[in-house]
Amino acid sequence: MITITHYMVLSAILFSMGTIGVLTRKNAIVVFMCVELMLNAVNLTFIALSSHLGNMDGQIFVFFIMTVAAAEAAVGLALMIAFFRNRESIDVEEFSLLKW
Amino acid sequence: MYDKLWLIPLFPFLGFLINGLLGKKIKNEKVIGAIGTLAIFSSFIVSCKYFLQLLGDSQKVHEVIVASWMTVAPLQVDWGFLLDPLSGLMMMNVTGLSTLIHLYSIGYMHGEEGYYRFFAYLNLFTFAMLMLVMGNNALVMFVGWEGVGLCSYLLIGYYFEKKSASDAGKKAFVVNRVGDFGFLLGLFTLFWSLGQKGVWTIRFTEISANVHLLENGGLIVTIVTLCFFLGATGKSAQIPLYTWLPDAMEGPTPVSALIHAATMVTAGVYMIGRMNGLFAMAPDTMMVIAIVGGATALFAATIGLAQNDIKRVLAYSTVSQLGYMFLAMGVGAFTAGIFHLLTHAFFKACLFLGSGSVIHGMHHAFHHAHLHDDPQDMRNMGGLRKKMPITFVTFLLSTLAIAGIPFFSGFFSKDEILWWAFASTRGHWALWLVGAIAAGLTAFYMFRLVFMTFFGAQKTDARAKDHIPESPLVITLPLMILAALATFGGLLGVPHVLGNLVGHFPNKLEHFLAPIFEHTQHLHHIEAHGSASTEFSFMAISVAIAVLGISVAWVMYCKNPQLPGKIVAKVPKLHKAIFNKWYIDELYDALFVNPTKRLGTLLWQVFDVRLVDGLVNGVALVVRGTGRVLRHTQTGYTHNYAMSMVLGVVVILAIYVFN
Amino acid sequence: MELLQLFFFYLVAFVAVVSGFCVISCKNPINSAISLVMTFFCLAIFYVMLHAPFMAAVQIMVYAGAIMVLIIFVMMLLNQGSEVIARYRHAVTGAFIAAVLMLIQVVVILKNGGVSGMVGPNTAEVVESVGHTELIGQAMFTDFLLPFEIASILLLVAIVGAVVLAKREV
Repeated sequence: MITITHYMVLSAILFSMGTIGVLTRKNAIVVFMCVELMLNAVNLTFIALSSHLGNMDGQIFVFFIMTVAAAEAAVGLALMIAFFRNRESIDVEEFSLLKW
Repeated sequence: MYDKLWLIPLFPFLGFLINGLLGKKIKNEKVIGAIGTLAIFSSFIVSCKYFLQLLGDSQKVHEVIVASWMTVAPLQVDWGFLLDPLSGLMMMNVTGLSTLIHLYSIGYMHGEEGYYRFFAYLNLFTFAMLMLVMGNNALVMFVGWEGVGLCSYLLIGYYFEKKSASDAGKKAFVVNRVGDFGFLLGLFTLFWSLGQKGVWTIRFTEISANVHLLENGGLIVTIVTLCFFLGATGKSAQIPLYTWLPDAMEGPTPVSALIHAATMVTAGVYMIGRMNGLFAMAPDTMMVIAIVGGATALFAATIGLAQNDIKRVLAYSTVSQLGYMFLAMGVGAFTAGIFHLLTHAFFKACLFLGSGSVIHGMHHAFHHAHLHDDPQDMRNMGGLRKKMPITFVTFLLSTLAIAGIPFFSGFFSKDEILWWAFASTRGHWALWLVGAIAAGLTAFYMFRLVFMTFFGAQKTDARAKDHIPESPLVITLPLMILAALATFGGLLGVPHVLGNLVGHFPNKLEHFLAPIFEHTQHLHHIEAHGSASTEFSFMAISVAIAVLGISVAWVMYCKNPQLPGKIVAKVPKLHKAIFNKWYIDELYDALFVNPTKRLGTLLWQVFDVRLVDGLVNGVALVVRGTGRVLRHTQTGYTHNYAMSMVLGVVVILAIYVFN
Repeated sequence: MELLQLFFFYLVAFVAVVSGFCVISCKNPINSAISLVMTFFCLAIFYVMLHAPFMAAVQIMVYAGAIMVLIIFVMMLLNQGSEVIARYRHAVTGAFIAAVLMLIQVVVILKNGGVSGMVGPNTAEVVESVGHTELIGQAMFTDFLLPFEIASILLLVAIVGAVVLAKREV
């Protein structure tokens, strides 16, 4: 019998892996993909709980998360193109203008 | 019936908006002047309509609420207007005189820079003054009260490029603030003390209906009325706050005529009349008012004796005449006070405008001859009666009125005040004596002015002598109208003893104002009692004093022009003191202005520089030091920020886990 | 039957975790992207198992179809695929410790707390009989109409923002 805990643990694993990716990778696009992975882990918990509790609200939330992810992809990738145009690289270590 | 009352202040306000916002673009002086004058004239027409309606109405008090202003728990404040005989008279007075003076200004201000500015301010002033007299509650009155103060400041400083003018404006404003402070304190105290009795109101009708709840002659009423009187002394230039008015003569002459003679400065008198029920309950305050009024009348008259600037003489004369009005209010002669307010408005406006006409002519002549003599100094004038016949005649009529020559308007009003000062239940013979002496001095210095200006040899520089013109019709027409009013205006309030002589000629004004004042006077047993023969003898005495003053002036300034110099040589110190206005300005400087300046310097150098700046700089230093240390945590690398977020999540989850 | 289901779950979960690991560990970003698509498919399968077929379809169309295609386009545009990256990761130990700590904590919380809450009307049987898409639509266009409209504005802003950012001369 697949319980809700199975899904929860799986999404926690995926989320942690996404976190590791965000923290370790240097290529901005890969970092971006790791963020998408984390978002999907969250989506999985939403849908699992929605189905478990018999409530549609969670799935609607997933819908909006997808909308935001799409918007984020559009803007984020445009940012990367703009950045690449200036620096010839999309290494996040180059993104350090915000320091003192 | 009276629901369009708001039109009256609306027209001047529209005039102000048009001239103020578009005047710079319009440029054409005729259009600007026409807009300004027509705005006031329209409101004069509306005022006439309502005034006539009120005359024929049996109910004499009407309140018109236009809009709600604020509602605070039990207090409801409206934008509302009150039309009763008192405010009706003031309304007519303000709009009528304002129309004439606007008309006059078209000619007088011709060619001045900022012509539109002048008319815009003058319209705004009329608007504010109408709010003051027509407001149905003390807050609307206060709006007008402050508004006229503002316009007074703006117009005194009209020639703001002149330092003396802008200083005079500031002085007027600051001194008026002292008075306004008193007004507000009085208003708050009154509001609070009535509220203690369960009546939260600032509407005049409700105040007068409920004022009996307060203790008659008690401490609260005395404090409230004294505070209000402080407000009145500021606005109406009484001791101790009169010093701004003479300096206010730096403004253009029509301003002096409208604001500093006929309307604004009488606001204090009007306010006391409006709250007569309250003031009558405080006999101590009434006594203070009477004494201050009498003292101001005498004191200002003495200063007026030795001034050489034509407008300054008139300014001190105004202060002195305002003292008379307060004297009247103080002895309970409310009708007489308002009557003198009206007649004074007529003759003093005429005198100021006449002096303006003279100055205009002198200025023209000096300008023509490229001289830089002072066109306001009477020592440069003399013999002008042939050059400016209309100005001379109107000026003479008004001077006769102010001097109290029988059957001119000033005679009736001044005489009634003096009679009440002596015979009223709240009067005293000393008050009468002071008033009578001041009347003699008034007659003297006013005729000194007339003789120095219009009679005798012409002392103007020979080059300018022949170029003094009579003013144009637009200037002389208001003079003629005002002179007619100054001559015949007294017939409104002929005393009963005189009226009885010619077969019951009624005292129309007293009858008209009865709904406002009669109740109060009856309630507090304020009346003038004395036989008709006594009253006649007092009249004779005051006429004799006036004639004496005129004769002395004639001897000194017409017959024997060397006499004044000899007298001055005999008592040089006294003359110097009078000429320097008894050094009151210097005294105030020493007592108030300089200590305040020193305190300011002290606070600046010790408190501000050391403490406040030190605190501010210290905070900045601490922040900078902390920032210098903490900025090393800001690496600029995205990973570090992401890492700290994750660690934050770990910590938050740890709190959950270990709970 | 249930055993088979459990086996299937573990199989798909295993694929998802392995491909997720490939996302974070592959040197070449293109390989990461392909692995991510794989993870998305696995998640879509879970959605079907959770009686949410409509969400599964959207997952594949939006994520695998649109967003991943966009990402791969950008990679190709920036010529990231064939580039040899000498040093492609850092702070591995710290990140690993933090992530594992987080995972352990979540598992502890799940173990202690369990999952419970108010149970709504849309049980698996209702979803089966009424239809998932219809239920989603009803919720979306009644209770969540305003957020839905706002989301459309968000997308519009994103379009404009992307155009402005990516243009050479604005």
